Amino acid sequence: MHVSLEHYLILSAILFGMGLWIALAKRNAIIILMGIELMLNAVNLTLIAFNRFVPAPAGRSPIAGQVFVIFVITVAAAEAAVALALAVAVYRNRSTVDIDKIDLLKF
Amino acid sequence: MDGVGVTVAFWVLGVTAVASAVGIMLARNLLHAVLWLILTFVALAGLFITLTADFVAVAQVLVYAGAVGVLVIFAIMLTPNSAVGNSETRFFGAGFVVATVLSGIMAYVAVKTDWGTLKSEGFASTAQAIGQALLDRYVLPFEIASVLLIAAMVGAIVLVRADQEA
Repeated sequence: MHVSLEHYLILSAILFGMGLWIALAKRNAIIILMGIELMLNAVNLTLIAFNRFVPAPAGRSPIAGQVFVIFVITVAAAEAAVALALAVAVYRNRSTVDIDKIDLLKF
Repeated sequence: MDGVGVTVAFWVLGVTAVASAVGIMLARNLLHAVLWLILTFVALAGLFITLTADFVAVAQVLVYAGAVGVLVIFAIMLTPNSAVGNSETRFFGAGFVVATVLSGIMAYVAVKTDWGTLKSEGFASTAQAIGQALLDRYVLPFEIASVLLIAAMVGAIVLVRADQEA
């Protein structure tokens, strides 16, 4: 059996769904961040798969998809650092990272 | 070049990635969940190699499996007794339905779309091409990314710094 573009797209759709489920269903802010990282990784897999299988238009960089993935990794690392710092700061003030208990703005 | 090895590697790594994503969902211990997450990242790096993206695979292992994994472990260690473990909100079932429908739609579109003529050859080596593209066509986003990284780093330090004025 031959591995084609569709295989990778379906796999990344499944991984994106798992990440979305984790981000929606979990109570702990750090696990929600892990779900978001999983979704970003699924998108990276899609970009790399398209870059591997779809020929670039004339005059365009054939490696553009992988460059985008490098930028996504950069932004995801920055996002993870800030989000985890926020979680630690919230824990200092409220002694919890349970998103159901962090409801100061709820009315 | 797309031999039987790539097919075997795709299925093994794909099943590993999905299974460890399920592990994040099921693990009751937060540290076990992080270890499942790191296994997912490593499996995805292997999938990048099957797509002949060697440089991105190395960056994935370094940044995701290494740096982000350690960062998440730090955050879990710094928030002890968060008292909720890895439990779910009331959106457990609704989230599953939403995620399943969304992945189903994406998979349906992926199968139904005609992607045109696909190339069969992968890349021989990508590190040089990515380096040239980053400093040539994508030099402005590259510089913006470095500014973003330093802003995020300073912001994270300021956020978690202990209050000195009080």
